[in-house]
Amino acid sequence: MASLVPCPHCGQRPKEEFTVKGAALARPTADASPETWFDYVYLRDNPRGLYDEYWHHTSGCRRWLVVTRDTATHEIEGVRDASAKKEAAE
Amino acid sequence: MTSYRLTKGGLVDRSKPLSFTFDGKRFVGLEGDSLASALLANGQLLMGRSFKYHRPRGVLTAGAAEPNALMTIGEGGRTEPNTRATMQELYQGLVAQSQNRWPSLDHDIGALNSLLSPFLSAGFYYKTFMWPAAFWEKLYEPFIRKAAGLGKASYEADPDRYEKCWAHCDLLVIGSGATGLAAALTAGRAGARVILIDENATIGGGLLAETATIGGISAPDFVSRTLAELESLPNVQVLARTTGFGWYDGNVFGAVQRVQKHVRDPRPEVPVERLWRIAAKQAILATGAEERPLVFGGNDIPGVMMAGAMRTYLNRYGVAPGQKVAIFTTNDSGYALARDLEAAGVKLAAIIDSRVAGASNGVYSGPARIVRGGFVSDAEGGKALSSITVFKDGQTEKLAVDALAMSGGLSPVIHLACQRGGRPEWSDTHAAFIVAEDRKGLSLAGAAATVNGLSACLEAGVAKAIHLVGGLGFNAERTVFGAVEGDVIPAAAKPVWNIPGIKGKAFIDYQNDVHRKDIGLAVREGYGHVELAKRYTTNGMATDQGKLSNVNAIGLLAEARGISPADVGTTTFRPFYTPVSFGALAGTSHGKHFQPVRQSPLHNWAKKNGAQFVETGLWYRSSWFPRSGEKTWRESVDREAKTVRLNAGLCDVSMLGKIEITGKDAAEFLNRVYSNAFLKLPVGRARYGLMLREDGFIYDDGTTSRLEENRFFMTTTTAYAAGVMNHLEFCAQALWPDLDVRLASVTDQWAQMALAGPKSRAILQTIVDEDISNEAFPFLGAKEVSLFGGKLTGRLFRISFSGELAYELAVPAGYGESVADALMEIGKEHGICAYGVEALGVLRIEKGHVTHNEINGTVVPADLGFARMASATKADFIGKRMLEREGLNDPNRHQLVGVRPLDPATSFRSGSHILEKGAAATLENDQGHISSSCYSPHIGSTIGLALVKRGASRHGEEVLVWNGLRNEYTPARLCDPVFFDPANEKLKV
Repeated sequence: MASLVPCPHCGQRPKEEFTVKGAALARPTADASPETWFDYVYLRDNPRGLYDEYWHHTSGCRRWLVVTRDTATHEIEGVRDASAKKEAAE
Repeated sequence: MTSYRLTKGGLVDRSKPLSFTFDGKRFVGLEGDSLASALLANGQLLMGRSFKYHRPRGVLTAGAAEPNALMTIGEGGRTEPNTRATMQELYQGLVAQSQNRWPSLDHDIGALNSLLSPFLSAGFYYKTFMWPAAFWEKLYEPFIRKAAGLGKASYEADPDRYEKCWAHCDLLVIGSGATGLAAALTAGRAGARVILIDENATIGGGLLAETATIGGISAPDFVSRTLAELESLPNVQVLARTTGFGWYDGNVFGAVQRVQKHVRDPRPEVPVERLWRIAAKQAILATGAEERPLVFGGNDIPGVMMAGAMRTYLNRYGVAPGQKVAIFTTNDSGYALARDLEAAGVKLAAIIDSRVAGASNGVYSGPARIVRGGFVSDAEGGKALSSITVFKDGQTEKLAVDALAMSGGLSPVIHLACQRGGRPEWSDTHAAFIVAEDRKGLSLAGAAATVNGLSACLEAGVAKAIHLVGGLGFNAERTVFGAVEGDVIPAAAKPVWNIPGIKGKAFIDYQNDVHRKDIGLAVREGYGHVELAKRYTTNGMATDQGKLSNVNAIGLLAEARGISPADVGTTTFRPFYTPVSFGALAGTSHGKHFQPVRQSPLHNWAKKNGAQFVETGLWYRSSWFPRSGEKTWRESVDREAKTVRLNAGLCDVSMLGKIEITGKDAAEFLNRVYSNAFLKLPVGRARYGLMLREDGFIYDDGTTSRLEENRFFMTTTTAYAAGVMNHLEFCAQALWPDLDVRLASVTDQWAQMALAGPKSRAILQTIVDEDISNEAFPFLGAKEVSLFGGKLTGRLFRISFSGELAYELAVPAGYGESVADALMEIGKEHGICAYGVEALGVLRIEKGHVTHNEINGTVVPADLGFARMASATKADFIGKRMLEREGLNDPNRHQLVGVRPLDPATSFRSGSHILEKGAAATLENDQGHISSSCYSPHIGSTIGLALVKRGASRHGEEVLVWNGLRNEYTPARLCDPVFFDPANEKLKV
């Protein structure tokens, strides 16, 4: 967890305003394999370190965010609006 | 002889006496006293009884770590048990009670436990209460429950207010002693936003008990002067009586401020406690150090106390500990006390110093006898100390004393710094557990970082503040304080864990009565690991969380195991530093403020019509409308259901979730979130929709109407209104941000009423300006309508949950009550009635319509007969792919079916299970369960909907309905789930 979440629209807000959905995974296409879909719906990594999660600013701007959080230190590395494309990896 | 108030000295006001009671006896203290200092001033050494052995106990400390002097303060709803008398400010009329004694503090039956002590050693819980097993419930558990806990909470409601708030600052300083004051002043002068908090009633920390001078003025005067400047700075906030109890993620600190715990009658408009969450860019932990007790026999007898505490009572409160005092120390700090006692005219019997060399040069030059290389092996006395045994070189000597101070060295107060995973490390140099001085966002300074002496602490506070606020862009100047004179700087000394020559019980953990031998026993029995020893002996598990005892226990464990304290390590530090009241944690969320109440815009209409309300989530829904003469709820519900089918009824459905969906891709969006097709829904039409979860199971259902090409109006179930909104936002923002779609929750904007029954059109047509005949406005029509000759615009939907000719009319919320009143008035001649959710339930079960009783997270569309609503032609929708899984298409799945008792005079309840006729009532034979049931006045018996294995193909089969909780068996028959008007002849007229 984190006590404060830097919402890109609202600034630093207390975590109680947010709802966590879980891993921010890309939804497979409709014709993807059953295994891919099974992974998407049921299987989750449990990494130590950075993890992308969907957080909803439920009691704020009501935007869905992708929060990049360190599962070991709880530090928030970055937050972006879920509709924003992830910056291309170098 | 005993403790008493000195004629002068201290920060108490001798012109302002305060009277209070302790165990019903009246005492007088002074303004500025703590409850503990006032009791000591009155010679009341005995302040409590210990937990296990009920040993008489006096006050040990003058601060937050106090394990003995725990009292119940206040009366009635303000009763507060386990209050540390050392932290409780005295006020006029304070009422205090001692705890853990019966019938009185002086004569306590429980003290007989001491005689049983051979059986109450470490681990006795595990050994004693094991057998015979039958004794557990009847004997052991009631016994343990009775013995457990210290004070007793009140059953009366707390009459006071609590609140929570946030604060933000550049620098938070925790602790207002020399280090904290210097840091706050330095940062404050630089313009940084500073919050300074201290758990004590008075700012100043150890300076308040200090006799050294700073720049030629007394330490308390230095505090006043510094505080005055701090309070004059607009960027500095000083909070006394505020305990920083936790360090949380994001550098947020939890603190509780006791705003009105020091007054008899709190002002009702001000909270008694305030819970702070302080988001600090940087923080300084200037919490000082805690003095360690020494573990010798009888070290718990009233009259034995910490040397630093004795010095505080003397210098701050003007209370002498006794007539003849001894000091037992392992380090120089005991000598500061010796000097101050002598200056106050208190006779010193001896200073027993465990070091062969004694005090450092120049620390003490007084007349007291000093026993170097000596130990106090035992203290003697019952309810008050009478003598001590000094052990030196194998020889013992008895000294008559009535007070004994002890100092086993200093442990930095590092709790907060260790709450987020930081492990303290043992330092032989400092004879203490320490943590790295700079942690991200939180730095230690002063005695908490093993800095010794006032001058060095002032300097450390200044330096740390300059460094930290410098990093935030503030240019802080070096604060210069005058020279410190008369300070005793206690260099760290070798700790003494095992004291030689002990005869009596030597306590480590006072509150839980853990003594020296318990540690040895734990090690011998294989519980020598620090975390195991803690649980086995209960050391450190009391309300003081081992503030005084943990390091001694670790030292003794280390010696018993032949290793260093560094290898023993500490137990885990967790919030809270000291206990926090439930009131503070609850804040304003109690009683009727615990959660909001949601009332429909038609609430008042329902009330006027005599509704009985039922809480569903936050909503108050009208469940039925009794009329005079109706004796049971069933009579009302039967009448309402019959009236709807015969004439007409009006039901409040405003609490259904309502979502407005707009944008040029709105239809495409709906097509993806619903399993059935929505792309081609014509304008002016409503459609029932099924929403799946991504795993293929049904999530929610409702009707969605197309009001314009790019404007839709969705309804959801009441329970999932918020969840569906979140889900749709997720789909729109995270899954398909390229779609042009906008969502707005409009649940509260509309008052929505269902008007159902064969006469509903006639009633409605009276107020609707447009033609709503079957031809002009057929089943599943949806449109904006003009009402009352153009006075109002509403939305009309021809949808039906009851199976009757029915409409739902939505009007702006504020007009709801008037419109409902008008419809009831017009409907009078048609025999209209108001009906509630109970009758609504009967009508929908009669029609086989499902709710979340059926959509329970385990059903897929085909289970409910909705196979065709999972579109085979759509390329994609939420849940499509997982719905294809084999298990979700198994012919043996549970399917929706109706159930009727064979004998109409019998009935069954929801939740009952279905068995094949003649099958035994076992889990293996379970065929499914009744999901909804009611009495149907139209069928003339109980009817039910059930989810039954292959149910759709078993209509007509005789089964047994089994209620295992009530041991009821009802022979019944499975049937079509539509009990009433299966051809929908009444619906589309």
